[in-house]
Amino acid sequence: MNPFAEYAICLLLLIGGAFTLIGAIGLARLPDFFTRLHGPTKATTVGVGAIVISSVIYFSTLGQGIGIEEILITAFLFMTAPISANFLAKAAMHLKVKTTENTRGYPWDQ
Amino acid sequence: MMVTALYITIAMVTLAALLNVYRLIKGPDAPDRVLALDTLYINAIALIILLGITLGTRMYLEAALLIAVMGFVGTVAMAKYLKRGSVIE
Repeated sequence: MNPFAEYAICLLLLIGGAFTLIGAIGLARLPDFFTRLHGPTKATTVGVGAIVISSVIYFSTLGQGIGIEEILITAFLFMTAPISANFLAKAAMHLKVKTTENTRGYPWDQ
Repeated sequence: MMVTALYITIAMVTLAALLNVYRLIKGPDAPDRVLALDTLYINAIALIILLGITLGTRMYLEAALLIAVMGFVGTVAMAKYLKRGSVIE
């Protein structure tokens, strides 16, 4: 295999795994639902995006061509992550979930 | 070198999935659990893609695509149910 392609695959894999792990740590450790919403919805899409790009590079260096599935997965995740985050935030505002004392103002009061 | 990076990445994503399961069990409210499930299916997509790279086959990417579509539908249905009390009105 081309060494530059191998370096790129390794770098993208490690970036993707690190972003996924950071998003999960943020989901597990942040104190509030509205702060907890930040971690996974940004970080895991970037993580899965980097892993998918490394998969594209790996299979194109193997000579199997660039498939449509990776592009579809990336596009679909990048489109649907903000939508599901918006729906979950609206559901949490409707349910009036408990916030920490440091959170100023209540979004459902306006 | 690539095999080492692949194993490290698989360990990271598995640890992330375990942290999501922790939030899914502990989560104080229902939206926390829905958010943990949402993150869990995204991690499952990442694990399936890493399995495909490990085995050197493209066969599992269609399963990952199906999980992406159905997971989004499930998340939206759960959030809609929590907000409005019914999925389709």
